[in-house]
Amino acid sequence: MMSADTKTMNMIEAINSAMDVMLERDPNTVVMGEDVGFFGGVFRATAGLQKKHGKTRVFDTPINECGIIGVAVGMGAYGLRPVPEIQFADYIYPGLDQLVSEAARLRYRSANDFICPMTVRTPFGGGIFGGQTHSQSPESIMTHICGVKTVIPSNPYDAKGLLIAAIEDNDPVVFLEPKRIYNGPFSGYYDRPVEPWSKHDASAVPEGYYRIDLGKAATVRAGEALTILAYGTMVHVTRTIVEEMGIDAEIIDLRTLLPLDIDAIETSVKKTGRCLIIHEATRTSGFGAELAALVQERCFYHLEAPVERVTGFDTPYPHSLEWAYFPGPVRIATALTKILKD
Amino acid sequence: MPETPRRPASNLPPLSLHIPEPRYRPGDTPDFGDIEVPAVEATPRPGEATRPDAMRELSYGLVRVLDFDGQAKGQWDPKLSPERLRTMLRNMMLTRAFDDRMFRAQRQGKTSFYMKCTGEEATSVASTMAIDRTDMVFPSYRQQGILITRDYPLIQMMNQIYSNRGDHLLGRQLPIMYSAPEHGFFSVSGNLATQYPQAVGWAMASASKGDSRIATVWCGEGSSAEGDFHSALTFATVYNAPVIFNVVNNQWAISSFSGFAGGERTTFAARAVGYGIAGLRIDGNDPLAVYAATQWAADRARTNNGPTLIEHFTYRSEGHSTSDDPSAYRPADEATAWPLGDPIARLRQHLETLGEWDAERHEAQAKELDDLVKTTQKQSEKLGILGHGMHQPFETMFEDVFEEMPWHLKEQCDQMLAEQEAKFGPNWKPE
Repeated sequence: MMSADTKTMNMIEAINSAMDVMLERDPNTVVMGEDVGFFGGVFRATAGLQKKHGKTRVFDTPINECGIIGVAVGMGAYGLRPVPEIQFADYIYPGLDQLVSEAARLRYRSANDFICPMTVRTPFGGGIFGGQTHSQSPESIMTHICGVKTVIPSNPYDAKGLLIAAIEDNDPVVFLEPKRIYNGPFSGYYDRPVEPWSKHDASAVPEGYYRIDLGKAATVRAGEALTILAYGTMVHVTRTIVEEMGIDAEIIDLRTLLPLDIDAIETSVKKTGRCLIIHEATRTSGFGAELAALVQERCFYHLEAPVERVTGFDTPYPHSLEWAYFPGPVRIATALTKILKD
Repeated sequence: MPETPRRPASNLPPLSLHIPEPRYRPGDTPDFGDIEVPAVEATPRPGEATRPDAMRELSYGLVRVLDFDGQAKGQWDPKLSPERLRTMLRNMMLTRAFDDRMFRAQRQGKTSFYMKCTGEEATSVASTMAIDRTDMVFPSYRQQGILITRDYPLIQMMNQIYSNRGDHLLGRQLPIMYSAPEHGFFSVSGNLATQYPQAVGWAMASASKGDSRIATVWCGEGSSAEGDFHSALTFATVYNAPVIFNVVNNQWAISSFSGFAGGERTTFAARAVGYGIAGLRIDGNDPLAVYAATQWAADRARTNNGPTLIEHFTYRSEGHSTSDDPSAYRPADEATAWPLGDPIARLRQHLETLGEWDAERHEAQAKELDDLVKTTQKQSEKLGILGHGMHQPFETMFEDVFEEMPWHLKEQCDQMLAEQEAKFGPNWKPE
């Protein structure tokens, strides 16, 4: 299935390729962030881009997230298309005011006088022993802001197509990269060897331009027994457990949390009559709560069991007990058994 | 919580926490005699390419041009033509006339909110005259003088203040939070100092594109305490961005005097010193000093010599806004005791000293501007005032959240239109 212009890429390479393509295509695209220039980023997502596209297109910034996002807002107002990187999603909080009150509101408050075509890329989620300040999943903070789109890819092919669509979007997008699966899909079994992306179909990535429209979910696995809504790392963990248990689950990878592909969710849940929501983020007021509310509003009379959530716990992400925190095989299997019981 | 170790007893006096307190409160007689006002000729004007560390004293001094006898003197005199001076005077007088009228409109219940810039007109008017019309301004909320100087239609300002049918911002923003891209005026935010890093980003973009336009940005001394201010100065010095930082030190941030932003310890221009940025502390009530300093900074920025921070040392003669009552926290006569006078009176005196202006012309101009504002106000009020009818189609509430309206907003919009029909019937139209 590999064509001449398709290459095997892991997620880092696919994300790098998306920025490379956009830097090439659009002279207004700029990439900036801590350590992204000469060094190429702490996760290597921008490796080689400064050398290829020049220092004024790809450059390092001070360690100041308020400044990074604020400066990007101003660049957008000038007519550039900034792609700032926040080194870890946990570091986005110092820049949150610029995101919530400025980037997200600029088009609205100025009635289209000014727009903010910015894409904030940031690695999120645990599973790399990052402790409580390098493991968080702040997606529901982002979806709660009106005026920001939130995108989470789960594989190299999607990551590139979605990132290109995000960069081309004329509104601010928060692009959350599940760092646990940068180098390979994660089964959920931390004690098993890591599988590389090269063994996965979605690592065949076109080298050139293509886009995956925001707001469209993907059906990872069709099935009849229940619908599982997941995104990012949890797509792979979920798939592993479902296949191990031999359950005919329909797994939907949301890909974009806002705008959400409600049609895909509604169609699937009405078909299966059961819905399990899985995310790594803390439980209370997590995005799963929004999904559960939407499902019961739209599919209540089709449901055969209560909507279930499998999530991280409402504690800070612990360092040494990381795998006890992570919503792994045991938690998912327990929920699956419960939701399929009757 | 376990206790941390304590220091053994000693004969040192105990530590004490300093809580800043302004010198004068209501009932006190203000005396600003200790404010140092150097002679006009005392301040040298360095070249625009001077290294910041070779001109530090300008961050602690006071750049002046007009003395108190109405004479323009010294190295900073921009030597403007009488015609330019008259334009400057007119812009400041129009700003004041506009403020008086809109303040009154708020008191008459025609809008929710207004903010005057009385006593600070020079800071925005003279500064705007010293930059190019194509330069981008990132204002705070008290720079109406910029729009007036750039000939933005007064009726558009009023329409915005009234949130009426003519308001191109569709009634979404609090009064005075204008947006005017075609006049190089960025959308005003209600959050403080957020525009600071944004202006730096705009200036960086201009530089990276090989453009020749620069950015200017505004905040008050109070909001210079915000992290955004310091983020902006860091980015500006790192990238040598072509930007002018204006800090309008009008002594008061609502009821908090400048001491709560660090003003008891040093000047606000001196913030520049630590960042390696050129800093100028200027008499903000001297329109020619404002012009000269801005021109210096603009030349510096435009020749790749980097950013400048200008502290406009001035006084907020009125309340923070229509929601404020300054008599509750400061003496009523502080403004008249302020040693640097009133900017309009000072420029008028200068023009009269030059023989280019007189009382008769001044009174005639004041009346002409007052009439202009009144006439415009009547036109604007024909398009509606706040709280008397709803002036925008309800669905505009949902537009522009995103470029394209996603399904969840469409659903909510439908819900709201159903509520509208339930309440007002099927034939309701914006008033």
